[in-house]
Amino acid sequence: MHVVLSQLFAGVSVGSILLLIALGLVFTFGQMNVINMAHGEFIMAGAYTSYVLQGAFGTTVGQSLILSVLVAFVVAGLMGVVLEATLIRRLYGRPLDTLLVTWGVSLILQQLARDIFGAPNVDVRAPEWLRGGPTLIGVSLPWSRLFIIGLVFAAVATIWVFLNRLPEGRRMRAVTQNRQLASCSGVATDRVDRTTFFIGSGLAGIAGVALTLLGPIGPTLGTNYVVDAFLVVVVGGLGQLRGAVIAALALGILNSFVEYGTQASFAKVVVFIAIVAFLQVRPQGLVVLRTRSLT
Amino acid sequence: MRTSLLDSRVPSIGQSRREAIGRRVVFAVVAALVLVAPLLLSDFRLNLLAKYLCFAILAVGIDLAWGYGGMLTLGQGAFFGLGGYAMAMHLKLAEVGAGQVPDFMSWSGVERLPLLWKPFAYPWFAIPAAVLIPMGVAALLGSLVFRRRVRGAYFAILTQALAAAFVILLIGQQGLTGGTNGLTNVHTLFGYDLNDPANRRLLYVITAVALGVVFLLTRQLVHSRFGRLLMAVRDGEGRVRFLGYNPTTVKVVAFSLAAGMGGLAGALFVPVVGIISPAMLGVVASLEMVIWVAVGGRGTLVGAVVGAVLVNYAHTTLSERIPAGWLYVQGALFIVVIAFAPGGLASLREVPGKLRRRAPQPAPGGAAELEAA
Amino acid sequence: MKKLTRSRAFVVLAVAGMLIASACGSKSKTTSAPANTDSQPGVSGDTIKVGILHSLSGTMAISEVSVKDAEILAINELNASGGVLGKKVVPVVEDGASDWPTFAEKAQKLISVDNVAATFGGWTSASRKAMLPVFERNKALLYYPVQYEGLEASPYIFYTGATTNQQIIPGLDYLKSQGKTKLFLLGSDYVFPRTANKEIKAYAKANGMDIVGEEYTPLGATEYTTIINKIKEAKPQAVFNTLNGDSNVAFFKQLKDAGVSSSDLPVLSVSVAEEEVRGIGPENVAGHLTAWNYYQTTDTPANNTFVADYKKATGQNRVTDDPVEAGYLQVKLWAAEVTKAASTNPEKVKAAAGGITFDAPEGPVTVNGENHHISKTARIGVIQPDGLIKEVWNSGGPIQPDPFLKSYPWATGLS
Repeated sequence: MHVVLSQLFAGVSVGSILLLIALGLVFTFGQMNVINMAHGEFIMAGAYTSYVLQGAFGTTVGQSLILSVLVAFVVAGLMGVVLEATLIRRLYGRPLDTLLVTWGVSLILQQLARDIFGAPNVDVRAPEWLRGGPTLIGVSLPWSRLFIIGLVFAAVATIWVFLNRLPEGRRMRAVTQNRQLASCSGVATDRVDRTTFFIGSGLAGIAGVALTLLGPIGPTLGTNYVVDAFLVVVVGGLGQLRGAVIAALALGILNSFVEYGTQASFAKVVVFIAIVAFLQVRPQGLVVLRTRSLT
Repeated sequence: MRTSLLDSRVPSIGQSRREAIGRRVVFAVVAALVLVAPLLLSDFRLNLLAKYLCFAILAVGIDLAWGYGGMLTLGQGAFFGLGGYAMAMHLKLAEVGAGQVPDFMSWSGVERLPLLWKPFAYPWFAIPAAVLIPMGVAALLGSLVFRRRVRGAYFAILTQALAAAFVILLIGQQGLTGGTNGLTNVHTLFGYDLNDPANRRLLYVITAVALGVVFLLTRQLVHSRFGRLLMAVRDGEGRVRFLGYNPTTVKVVAFSLAAGMGGLAGALFVPVVGIISPAMLGVVASLEMVIWVAVGGRGTLVGAVVGAVLVNYAHTTLSERIPAGWLYVQGALFIVVIAFAPGGLASLREVPGKLRRRAPQPAPGGAAELEAA
Repeated sequence: MKKLTRSRAFVVLAVAGMLIASACGSKSKTTSAPANTDSQPGVSGDTIKVGILHSLSGTMAISEVSVKDAEILAINELNASGGVLGKKVVPVVEDGASDWPTFAEKAQKLISVDNVAATFGGWTSASRKAMLPVFERNKALLYYPVQYEGLEASPYIFYTGATTNQQIIPGLDYLKSQGKTKLFLLGSDYVFPRTANKEIKAYAKANGMDIVGEEYTPLGATEYTTIINKIKEAKPQAVFNTLNGDSNVAFFKQLKDAGVSSSDLPVLSVSVAEEEVRGIGPENVAGHLTAWNYYQTTDTPANNTFVADYKKATGQNRVTDDPVEAGYLQVKLWAAEVTKAASTNPEKVKAAAGGITFDAPEGPVTVNGENHHISKTARIGVIQPDGLIKEVWNSGGPIQPDPFLKSYPWATGLS
């Protein structure tokens, strides 16, 4: 029982990280059908923002983590807007080409990070209040993990409110569902696109800050996660917040239990096979957006 | 209004006669260069060229799937690897002789030859397997995903995950596959000593002939009825289906042919380079392969070959001078070629005409995003 | 059908041309050039060219760039004191790009295009295994600076990092002496950890130790919650860690977050040196153990100057560590061997190598003429909160290299 609980927590925790990374993609990939391979590098930018802030503000890290989350959101968001305005704008309607172009951007950003911060990993200290954690019925719950789960929860809630209650969010949904009709109805689609990209990339920046609590901070930080995050979106369904939440948790938990039963290497392969099998049943993902477009 | 997956500048059905002649001239020049290379280059450089030609075979495959079929495959490294490993397993077994296990197995504590390896002792099994196994895997994956109409970006991500999973599997099964080291130290090919410069030249010739044959067969294919159907599927899958064809079959065939070419390239690569390892089969390596085709010009087979050779040549030369610079160059290639010159080098011949006509650029943003997904 | 016939003509032409070219292929097995004992590769005029082949780009650049810097430092020192054989040593630097076939290709380039006297390079076992056939085929020399899994002794490679009996076995001896007899083995999924763990299991069996778990994670893995749960379940007294690179950062951060401290469960690492500690964050890994042959704090006169010179050459905030030191010392060893042989000829250098001693920063080392490894002093250290490593035990003197573990009865049947 205790093992099951531990692994369940591990799975939720892995799933929450996947979700945090995939949330940004729900916007850029789901909304605009742009596969942004540089998403991983926006995550990296978020992590390095945290590093730079720590350098600037010294060890008063308690404040700086919250500050980092905000600053990283803006930094990564602005990078996204620049990318959208310079390159992606030219490539709407050519999603595969966008994938390749943004991959090129990602290579350049990685090498830039290497030239600016050096190839070795850098160290971001977790604030005191995130060290250790309570133990509940034999399951240890590290504060850093709980913090990330809380962060994801907050992010999902904010996005939900934004998409469903605010006018800008409603416009965004309109564009997702039918770009031309939205445009005809007076929605400034290019402005919506830019906002979408800002939020999507900014979320990657937040993910980057969260990852500094768990793993290495180096130029290749983003590439470790980005393929998994795309799989979450594929399984969840295009542009569907609900789908992404379920898919991320399911993949996280599946991965944790398979890994416990077998080995870490094997778990990845099992997850891949599971995804191909799943797409046999639901090729459009968990949650399908119904539109009248001809395919 | 329906924009194709590819920019309209990329040639599709029905090209002008002048273009066809121009392409034939390019082909003749390339073929002549490939043939005289052994007389001009040092053994070391000739061997590098042989490696590039292996990559060119693979690039022709990617071009068939992506340039002609619109299926962006980001997992070509996995097929290259399957072919390469099949060949390397045979060569390792041929070296150690009957009843022995290859060197790396004994490091991993494997005493008896695993069942999986046994058939690869026979060249009549291993060589066809190098091509047929990748084709089989591609046909299986392809029929599963295409049947359910998974395509475009989804398909690209799935092939990428295939490459990732394949590499993890290879590394995890160290006793069977040599793990991260891969299979190294291949010296002989069917009794021919690979250290002998004369034999290396012969190997170069074999590679060049293989490329020539693959090239010509693919050219016949894309100019056939099947080729036209493939391009039609690329430009409007739904319409092809309404016309009564089954796009799934067309795509599966093209994808598995591309995989077969990847496998053949891998099988030739092993004796040329003497090593196959997971590092060159993963996600990053597979993406690099796509840029070869993009640089040369997707949708033109000569472009794929020229692109593969040129990009790899540039990589070798540049990394000798400025190692860290290569990533910038590669990144810039992706951006500039795909965003601004999607026709690649092959589109250069249109430049004079364009300057004369000042043709307006097609407007960005189209109706058919969902089509692509 | 006009098109078709034309293409056929192409095929015929192409095949004919290639057959002519192929007339030069020959089936013979004794083709490798006989060892030429007069040639002096790399020497031209008053310079000697040597190759340096490390990953300067890609994932391994993290570790290998520092080794390259140390090798350049050693070459500059040689030149400042009059060169080798009175000639200036000129390095040719190539990038292995963290890709093993590239290592093989660049090694061949250094030998056949640049004609270098010797090559210093490699880090991962995979890169060494890829280069080995190239150096053996061309009868050229490679100096390899990193601790590795043993079970190898190529006549054309000098191994200047530790083999298992100079690092892993002393590490196990130390754990045993501390009463830690229940071990959990954790490693990245590649050759070094798997081979090392095979040896550790044989050692444990012979020494009454218990292996309570053995886990491998993919290279670059960053999620260790499940592994940590497994470790907690297994209740070991120590973890023997052969994780590589980035994974160490994730493992130590998450281990600490899970509330496991170094006093509850010490982790003995064999791939975590000063450079890696900085990336993990000293506060996450302080108190855990490492096994190496050299630390920046190693107290020898040679080391005091080495650390000062290295920092001066590369930057005050840089640290030295075991592979960096091995990179430095192997250049010096090569110079001593060439000087003794009075030639850069690989055969003569090999003949002269046995018994050469060098007062390295890690203490005296001696080249073993038979297996081309060097004797090294094993050192166990505790990671300090400032990121340096404090030695808590050493083997008292250099340990003779024994890559095939022939002198250990429990190891029979391993190779």
